[in-house]
Amino acid sequence: MTVIPAPRGPVLRLLAAPLALLCLLLLPGWATATDTPFARGIALLAAKDFQSKGRAIDLLAESNDPRARPILTALLAGRLFHVRKTGALVLAEKEGRTYRISDALSGAVAGTVKKRALRKVTINNRLRSRLKGVLARMDLSDPDASVRLAAVNAMLATLDPGSIDLLEQLRARERDSRVRDALATAIAIGGLRSTDRRTRLAALAALHGNLHPAVRNELTRLIRDEKDQEVRGMARATLASIETRIAWSSLAETLFFGLSAGSVLVLAAIGLAITFGVIGVINMAHGELIMLGAYTTYVLQQLLPHSIGLALLLSVPAAFVVSGAVGIVIEKTVIRFLYGRPLETLLATFGISLVLQQAVRTIFSPLNRSVATPAWMSGMIQVNPVLSLTVNRLTIIAFTALVFAGLYWTMKKSAMGLQVRAVAQNRAMARAMGVRAARVDALTFGLGSGIAGMAGVALSQLTNVGPNLGQSYIIDSFMVVVFGGVGNLWGTLLGGLSLGVANKFMEPWTGAVLAKILILVFIILFIQKRPSGLFPQGGRAEV
Amino acid sequence: MNRLTSLLANDTGGSIFLFLLLLAAILVPVCNLVVAPASSLHVSTYTMALVGKYLCYALLAISVDLVWGYLGILTLGHGAFFALGGYAMGMYLMRQIGARGVYGNPVLPDFMVFLNWQHLPWFWHGFQWFWFAALMVVLVPALLALVFGWFTFRSRVSGVYLSIMTQALTYALMLAFFRNEMGFGGNNGLTDFKDLLGFSLQADTTRAGLFVASALALAGGYLACRALTTARLGRVCRAIRDQEDRVRFLGYRVENVKLWVFTFSAMLAGIAGALYVPQVGIINPTEFSPLASIEIVIWVAVGGRSTLYGAVVGALVVNYAKSFLTAAMPDAWLFCLGGLFVLVTLFLPDGVAGLLRRSGRTGNRPADPLPATPEEEAS
Repeated sequence: MTVIPAPRGPVLRLLAAPLALLCLLLLPGWATATDTPFARGIALLAAKDFQSKGRAIDLLAESNDPRARPILTALLAGRLFHVRKTGALVLAEKEGRTYRISDALSGAVAGTVKKRALRKVTINNRLRSRLKGVLARMDLSDPDASVRLAAVNAMLATLDPGSIDLLEQLRARERDSRVRDALATAIAIGGLRSTDRRTRLAALAALHGNLHPAVRNELTRLIRDEKDQEVRGMARATLASIETRIAWSSLAETLFFGLSAGSVLVLAAIGLAITFGVIGVINMAHGELIMLGAYTTYVLQQLLPHSIGLALLLSVPAAFVVSGAVGIVIEKTVIRFLYGRPLETLLATFGISLVLQQAVRTIFSPLNRSVATPAWMSGMIQVNPVLSLTVNRLTIIAFTALVFAGLYWTMKKSAMGLQVRAVAQNRAMARAMGVRAARVDALTFGLGSGIAGMAGVALSQLTNVGPNLGQSYIIDSFMVVVFGGVGNLWGTLLGGLSLGVANKFMEPWTGAVLAKILILVFIILFIQKRPSGLFPQGGRAEV
Repeated sequence: MNRLTSLLANDTGGSIFLFLLLLAAILVPVCNLVVAPASSLHVSTYTMALVGKYLCYALLAISVDLVWGYLGILTLGHGAFFALGGYAMGMYLMRQIGARGVYGNPVLPDFMVFLNWQHLPWFWHGFQWFWFAALMVVLVPALLALVFGWFTFRSRVSGVYLSIMTQALTYALMLAFFRNEMGFGGNNGLTDFKDLLGFSLQADTTRAGLFVASALALAGGYLACRALTTARLGRVCRAIRDQEDRVRFLGYRVENVKLWVFTFSAMLAGIAGALYVPQVGIINPTEFSPLASIEIVIWVAVGGRSTLYGAVVGALVVNYAKSFLTAAMPDAWLFCLGGLFVLVTLFLPDGVAGLLRRSGRTGNRPADPLPATPEEEAS
């Protein structure tokens, strides 16, 4: 590729640009390759005066040459140099005391040189802002829609009447709806600065309910500076409409957080609703069964380090089996002998919870273990500029819904569920009908424990996995079950969700800890009024 | 004296316990203060403080036994009353530090200076007087128990529900006391105490005095509970424990009995906490943790319910085991505690006291174990 030698010496420098052009024109063999706007722009960059450089920038911008953009970016960042000796235009990267250079035109790496060997292509502030506008405009016609969108957003701060026309043209061509919306916002913001009153009013109408952060700033400015009463009134109304939408969005966000926190509570509590509500067993080791589920996830991820997502999916049934099996063992060895003595059951299962905690501490370590989140569960969904939902919380809400539906089906439709309910309602009669009550007890307890394990899988995605994981959920779980009404799955669902939502709505005012305390106090008072919870239902626990 | 002999007439275990306690209250301080350190009979100050701590735990265990063993209320939150009593005493001790704190502020405790507080919060006023603090040691737990009990017993919350409520109560208090804004030193609690009523807490004589005070409080608490349970009120209590509805139908105000006995028990727990704090030298929110409260229940279960002296035995045995095991095999302690829970509930429903009684007077068991529920009777 051609390299235009940059002349040295005072006189020559003055003449550099025209001379260079002349040379190019005079050399017929080069004419086709060098007469392009790109080549002329490159040549003009060597000029000393800023006016020529400005023209060079414009020429490069219009050149449609793919090499123009990196050169302009480098110019803006102060990384564009001429090599003193050869005059070659290079991009330089500082490396300690030396500069690693590459040819700006061919992109070829040209080795490392001292600073003295280079001469920077200097620019002033006016050129800098011109460069920014030029770069943004180049981005506006980038083939990638997301680059175009970013460019439109970047332009919002420096809108002038000239760029409005450009944006109008672009909007007519634009295919992508998001970019078109952004362009419309930009045009409307530009319209707000118009001297024409009607244009301003039309722009205000267009901005109604627009959530872009720049719109709010612009409206506040307009309300402050505007002389015209009508325009100001309308600006106020538009701002109010935006504020309302923001308020709704933040309400929706809080609701979402509340629902996700609530579904965690439901997951943790629903297994307890089975063991406590249906067979009347106070299982203080329930939290540790959750913890076992979380550790199952950890172990599976250790076994399958390269497919974390698969390990997570596998750990759902695995945790069900592990916790369920531990639950059945607990039932067969301890709880079976304590039926009908709830206080003793409470103490014995608490002892079991201590043993399980210490076992995990001895086997794994007292330190928290981190469980990785697969790629498909991370990231977020942008609903509008002020509202975004995280995918992992959405997944957990969906997972809770699935578990609840599955459990509900098992209890209401399956043969096992029928037996469980029969034993809960009238044990003697159920046994007379040939239901093996002891076996049903064990299975019910195993089912509740298994669901605790699945809750552990979900929790491993939200919090640290440690020996104390279960302990922090056991009291909350009991509160949910007691609040919702013992033995009632719908009550547990509603109780958990409403407690989660209430907690999140109180947090901004009171802080997380106080919100939790207030919820506890509320439940304590609530139980005084309605000792059977939201949805009272007969069962063995109430006898 | 007559009253005392009649109290202990049918209480061999209690008499032995009181005799031993009296002996310890005299011998331990003497062996600590008078006997030369070189002598094999010398009791180190560390041991004396440790045993003093156990005596406070024993008083706490008695207070739990009173409501669990005699009234059938399994409380999983008695640690809250203990800790509140402890905090009341701790606040007095903090005010006693005065200008000797790290920051040298004559009024504000160190942690308040650290948090950049300018004024003493209103609830810290009055704690510069011992009599006020001593009153609060009893009144604050009593008030909490009264309010909590008034709400729960009147609406007839009982059984496991009540247990879980008490657990939630202490859990909520723990969360609250962990907050710095509460004004109780947050995470670190209250510590760095200097002296009590002008006596340095480091001095052996003060320690001995505290030991004797703990022993006397334990003896007093035991006798008070014994008096309560052998009186007519005690019979009503046991009747409520066994058949609450029947007692109600007979015309007794079950709520009131429960409420007052529960409140009395909370006061005892508060006193135990107040004696515990100067001997241990610190009070922090972990005393409110649900685990701490459940440990108290296990002391009582191990020792044997509804005997009172069984609770004392349980508290001493379990805590000695804890001190020994946490030092010798730190990993094993929770295994042992957990195993103890399971084994005692499965195989020793009457605890150690029941074991002693059975071996002593075969076939003559004075107190029934906790009643079977109607469910069990029916099946």
